[in-house]
Amino acid sequence: MSEREQILGRIREALRVAAPKPGLLSGPGQRVPAHEKRPTDFRPWLPAVGDSFDERAALFAKNSAELKTDFQLVANRNELQEKLLALAHAEGWKKIATHAGELTNYAFAVLGLAVVQTGGRYNLDELESSDAGITECDALVAQTGSVVVTTRSAGGRALSVLPPHHVVLARRDQLLRDLPAAFTALKQRYGSGYPSMMCLITGPSRTGDIERILVLGAHGPKKLTIFCM
Amino acid sequence: MNTVAQTFKETARRMTRDLRHRSWIQSALGKYYVGRDEKKARFQNWQEARQAAAEIKWDAVNHLDKHLEEFVSKIEARGTKVFWASTGQQACDYIVNVAKKHRVRSIVKSKAMTGEEIHLAQALEKSGVEVVETDLGEYIVQLREEAPYHIVFPAMHLTRHEISDLFNKKLGSAPTDSPEELTMIARRTLRKKYCAADMGISGANFAVAETGMISLTTNEGNGRLSTSLPRIHVALIGIEKVLPTLDDLALFLPMLATAGAAQAVSCYNTFIAGPRQEGEPDGPNEFHVVLLDNGRTRLLADAEQRDTLHCIRCGACLNVCPIYKNIGGHTYGTTYMGPIGSVLTPHLRGLAEWKHLSFASSLCGACSEACPVKIDLHHHLLQNRRNAIRCKSPWWEKLIFKGFVILMNYPLLYRLGVKFGWLGQKFHGLVKGTRLDPMIAWTQSREAPPLALKTFKDYWRGRKS
Amino acid sequence: MKISLFIPCFIDACYPQVGISMVKVLERLGHQVDYPEDFTCCGQPAFNSGYWDEARAVAEKVLAMYRNAEIIVGVSGSCGAMMMTFYKELFHSTPLEAEAKAHAAKVWEFSDFLVTKLGVTDVGAKFPAKVTFHDGCHGLREVGLKKQPRALLAKVQGLELVEMDAAESCCGFGGTFSVKFPMISTAMGEVKCDSALKTSADYIVSCDSSCLMHIQGLADRQKKPLRTMHLAEVLAKQ
Ligand code: SF4
Repeated sequence: MSEREQILGRIREALRVAAPKPGLLSGPGQRVPAHEKRPTDFRPWLPAVGDSFDERAALFAKNSAELKTDFQLVANRNELQEKLLALAHAEGWKKIATHAGELTNYAFAVLGLAVVQTGGRYNLDELESSDAGITECDALVAQTGSVVVTTRSAGGRALSVLPPHHVVLARRDQLLRDLPAAFTALKQRYGSGYPSMMCLITGPSRTGDIERILVLGAHGPKKLTIFCM
Repeated sequence: MNTVAQTFKETARRMTRDLRHRSWIQSALGKYYVGRDEKKARFQNWQEARQAAAEIKWDAVNHLDKHLEEFVSKIEARGTKVFWASTGQQACDYIVNVAKKHRVRSIVKSKAMTGEEIHLAQALEKSGVEVVETDLGEYIVQLREEAPYHIVFPAMHLTRHEISDLFNKKLGSAPTDSPEELTMIARRTLRKKYCAADMGISGANFAVAETGMISLTTNEGNGRLSTSLPRIHVALIGIEKVLPTLDDLALFLPMLATAGAAQAVSCYNTFIAGPRQEGEPDGPNEFHVVLLDNGRTRLLADAEQRDTLHCIRCGACLNVCPIYKNIGGHTYGTTYMGPIGSVLTPHLRGLAEWKHLSFASSLCGACSEACPVKIDLHHHLLQNRRNAIRCKSPWWEKLIFKGFVILMNYPLLYRLGVKFGWLGQKFHGLVKGTRLDPMIAWTQSREAPPLALKTFKDYWRGRKS
Repeated sequence: MKISLFIPCFIDACYPQVGISMVKVLERLGHQVDYPEDFTCCGQPAFNSGYWDEARAVAEKVLAMYRNAEIIVGVSGSCGAMMMTFYKELFHSTPLEAEAKAHAAKVWEFSDFLVTKLGVTDVGAKFPAKVTFHDGCHGLREVGLKKQPRALLAKVQGLELVEMDAAESCCGFGGTFSVKFPMISTAMGEVKCDSALKTSADYIVSCDSSCLMHIQGLADRQKKPLRTMHLAEVLAKQ
């Protein structure tokens, strides 16, 4: 018998005795009635999010401030161009990395800097030495201040995590309300064939491993900038 | 008494006297408590969320065969190689072989408690491969050649000065007392390792059955780099990690972060569905998932404690445990420390040798209250105690409790006993604190309460007459 | 309402004034109390040590003794928890399971009984002192005592309550744990004493004499200026 069959066999054997339902022994302060069926809608318990775009944007901005993400709403392409140029100047970018996309192509065009494209095979050292990685995304999540990226929407796996500064270009209609909405969106978009990697990025890379003191840029980007147009 | 228990007691004795350690851990966790409460308060209903999480895990674990098969068939369909391992040895052998076959020279490892559990790094190093831990805390304890102190904060017992000295000695960096600078030293060193590594190893926080994905949570980004750059990725996953649906992550990711690290959600939650797919620019060519049993099916067979397999390794129970805070993570001598470790280890490594951990608890229940998936931890400690006594109990203790039953079941005897005790107490002073003192375990650090001359029973009789 | 008391063994033997205080308060509120004199112990020491058969032998007698009781009120959060929560586990899948559940439903801890069942917070007590409250673990997490004792203390004339840091963390007693692992138990107790001392309260008050026994024993040995008092004693003061 294969190891697989043996393990599955042991599992089935073990499960012949039913386990008590969870929560029966909880103390009074923690006791809530058991649900008849295991729940699938978590919205009533998760952190609350308002319905309108403005509420979502305000919450996203609040979460961003807390996470030390630089979040900027921009009205149109002109404003995006201005802000991008200002950022490139302030940070002293010389080389950027990006991938093909409607917004990224535009950014690449206005910046006019040396560029590493991660569309096809690329040179890892070139990517590593880029000053910023500019990507698009699948969604922004107001509830948590997160960006959803996948290998398809954000130019592969490394682009959004290897360069020291990650810049996200998003559209207004991508700003979703909460995590359940984000997973629904991913399922709708990719249900027929998932990319090999999807990621929920929430703030720049961080660690607290030394004396529980927050330090940004442990391994991934030290900075995260999000432009939402 | 066996040696493991003896070592535990001796180390505990030393650690509990270490006042510097005591206040260090106390203050290290201080910020966590504040942050956790604040993040918990953002939930519209934390208790409901816990109950839901517990029910989902219950569903997952109690239909484990079905969910595992679904997970495997989905993830295999995208070209992932799945290996089933009954024991840690099998898992190590398999991974060592993959490394050999592909002539792997260096490996970057993202934090995986399963790796600690089966001593994977040691097995790989023995076969001549370099293994570098990439989680900053893990990297630090790896350089120190010691075990993690905590399942989430592996180096929380160390000061910046100790870390600076360590880096100075091992990496030749200039001494500094800035955590930021220390982190950057590690960043620079590890960057080179990522780019050069042939293989990345990770664990997984969840395995999603519905879509055939693993979910990997890190804050530093090391999880992403280790699974993006090397040409091979191996994920070592306990079989209990399955979650039925992708949507379930919408509940579990924020709960894991809130309970474990006082964050609303961790920085990188990465869902990996396979090796590099057609049309993708990067990512490993091969992706191996190793499903690890290593005693988990034995625990599954114990219906009473099956919920222990719900554990999402958030570490919340450690953070609130007064035992953990006083004796520290290394004293346990186990892979999983704190309350979950005390419940789990007897199952994974044998009750006879590890039962002392279940007795080393005041049963305060702070762990069960903190657990986001509502594992009845302190009840399980009680059950472990019962099971341990059933197997084997010291004759003198058995005698004491037989005596206890007789004393308590014959009220007259009980009353006489109390009077006798009152009398005996008069002479206690003669032996108090010496080896002849029958109460030495109490009196060596505490005064004993005096027995009353007139008990409540006496008072009640007096009232009636 | 006929109230049957349960007075745990160590309160009977070491702290009778705690039981007597409870009787006084209940009678002051006009209730009749009854005490089954044959009650000795709830069986917790054996249960917590893993000797469930022995614990059951003692607990069976307890069930029989209170079979006809209407309401059972006890003066210890810990022993209360034993009867309310752990009896159900102890008698799980035994012929007495149903009775254990019925029994559990009748048991009240003193402060919970006053506040939740009787709706009383002012028992006419007067005690001019500064006190801090220690939440005994069993009372807090198994019985749900948090607001009740504080509501009662708030109505005691002249009393000032100051909360200590980590009032909810365990004092380290833990029954037989305190003698099996005295070093850990003592360290936990020291942490508790330190946070109590920081409040400069005159008394540590709690619903559990067992915690207080441990805290007082430790404070006395280390010559720390701490005094402990059970909530019932505070409420009996006039
Ligand atoms: S037992 Fe619960 S609290 Fe402890 S690590 Fe596991 S999930 Fe977290």
